[in-house]
Amino acid sequence: MIPRRDTPERRTLVDALAEHAVFVRTETVRLSRIAGAGHYGSTFSAAELLVSLYHAAMRIDPTRPDWPDRDRFVLSKGHAAVGLYPLLGDLGYFDPALLDDYTRMGSPFGDHPDMKKVPGCDFSSGSLGHGLSAALGIALAGRMQGRDHRTYCMLGDGELAEGQVWEAAMAAGHHKVGNLIAIVDRNQLCIDGFTDDIMSVEPLTDRFASFGWDARRIDGHDLDAILDVVSDRGRDPVGAPLVVIADTIKGRGVERMELSTHWHVGNLVGDDYDDVMTELAAGLQPRGTR
Amino acid sequence: MTDQQDTSEVFRGTSGADGTLRDQRSTDGSDTRAIPAFVFGEELADLADHDPRIVVLTADLAKANRANDFADRHPDRFVNVGIAEKNMITVAAGMAASGMIPFAATFSSFAALLGCEQIRTDCAYPNLPVRVVGHHSGMSMGFYGTSHHSLEDLGILRSIAELTVVCVTDANHLRAVLRASLDHPGAMYLRLGRGRDPEVYDTVPEIEFGKAIQLRDGSDLTILATGSEVHPSLRAAAELEQQGIRTAVWDMHTIKPIDVDAIAAAASTGAVLTVEEANRTNGLGTAVAEVLLEGGYGSTKFRRHGVPDEHVPIGPPAALYAHYRLDARGIAEVARELIGA
Repeated sequence: MIPRRDTPERRTLVDALAEHAVFVRTETVRLSRIAGAGHYGSTFSAAELLVSLYHAAMRIDPTRPDWPDRDRFVLSKGHAAVGLYPLLGDLGYFDPALLDDYTRMGSPFGDHPDMKKVPGCDFSSGSLGHGLSAALGIALAGRMQGRDHRTYCMLGDGELAEGQVWEAAMAAGHHKVGNLIAIVDRNQLCIDGFTDDIMSVEPLTDRFASFGWDARRIDGHDLDAILDVVSDRGRDPVGAPLVVIADTIKGRGVERMELSTHWHVGNLVGDDYDDVMTELAAGLQPRGTR
Repeated sequence: MTDQQDTSEVFRGTSGADGTLRDQRSTDGSDTRAIPAFVFGEELADLADHDPRIVVLTADLAKANRANDFADRHPDRFVNVGIAEKNMITVAAGMAASGMIPFAATFSSFAALLGCEQIRTDCAYPNLPVRVVGHHSGMSMGFYGTSHHSLEDLGILRSIAELTVVCVTDANHLRAVLRASLDHPGAMYLRLGRGRDPEVYDTVPEIEFGKAIQLRDGSDLTILATGSEVHPSLRAAAELEQQGIRTAVWDMHTIKPIDVDAIAAAASTGAVLTVEEANRTNGLGTAVAEVLLEGGYGSTKFRRHGVPDEHVPIGPPAALYAHYRLDARGIAEVARELIGA
């Protein structure tokens, strides 16, 4: 149960989530150095969303990754897996020490997540545009089985150019899959530039609403806003699916990466690595103050 | 991918004066008996009475593939996703990840070509028990044209790791395949014909995926056929027998994994002819060729019979089969050429 806003319990939770978000970001930098490349920007934009799901919103039991009644999470933007792995390890799905061999030969952990290799990963991803369909299938199966679990799916904004996303959106609205919750990490950038320049995706709330979704828009780095939008949701499997358009900043938390087209994939080494780790350890600062 | 009028037309097909469906394969009029329509939905509905894992999906083709027979009896386990094949296959994968056994059915051209990457990435790679059902395969949609033909599906899907690829022979074989599929690990592609396939099996056969079925014995030549080509191959073998050419025939229902033992047995007759309603590139024939060459049977007389590297002309199915010598008469001709008779 997520505590209500403006309570001491809520403050404690938000502070803890902020710490978890720092952990996700610093681990992303550490693991990326092991691999020699990492999707920093796409992971940093999703950090607050990921920790809010796994540490507050989702009904999970890390000792039972196959628990049929668990809430599911499909990371459709699979390239942010480098941020998901440390979260899962920290929760106890597997020994976090395994991450020290991230992407090395024979590791369970690749740049994109493999559900057959990573405990806690509910669906493999990597090919953009598929995840919402997979989440829809999981949600429909849950409804058929009489279970009340929710299925969350995180999509990137650039990914929304994939036609299959809208096939799934149309079907979810038509079949009134109320146990499906999509979260769009609206971090404004795809690889080649701003989505507004490469392929416009707006107006997103209108677009999803016209497909029969309950569409909300929040600041995706505001932990209170994230908690409000997920705690507002029941478990009725029939009804309008929920989409949360989370306005975020690609690369958030490292000034040089924020809204930069140079950091979709990168490799921090040497002094750059140390500087970024120091910057991240201080937690999210208001933009433009560094 | 196709409008409703197309679908109904394909399903209705050509009716005889008595209202029964005629086998359009028969160019010589010898086989015009009424034949079973798809038992796909009916058989799955029967199985679903006892198996809560079964779910059926289609992409606006419930009439064409008779998924509506399933939907009538199990409406809560039927999902029509509309004309959105990629979504259908990945939705099925999501269901399979939650313990269901989904059968996702649409025209094979759209299942295998449009949905190829979803089959690879979402079904085969996570090793999920999705059954992608591609029906109206090959060029069985005749004058609907290349967009509706699926001559490449075997070649494409055979190259996907850990995917089982099965061609269905007739209605009884379809029942056997559906039943056996429930306990088969991993993802499968089930390739069906038009649903009017003439009877090869008069009862539901015992089958094992990866094990071909010998339907006829012979010592001069072996025909390894699959799917819709099994029936005309048997008729060709009967014709050849009358000419003194003793011809074995196998139903190579599983294209992947291929039955190496059956191919070895075929090679022992000295001549092997593969027959498939598919492009010759990378289908059954290529799979058999790989085994023959790598297995030391390179001296065997061998020919891959199928559709050459071209887009087929417009015409009704029977005319196309005759054109490419994929009817009984044509297969017999090709067989005689192979052995120099």
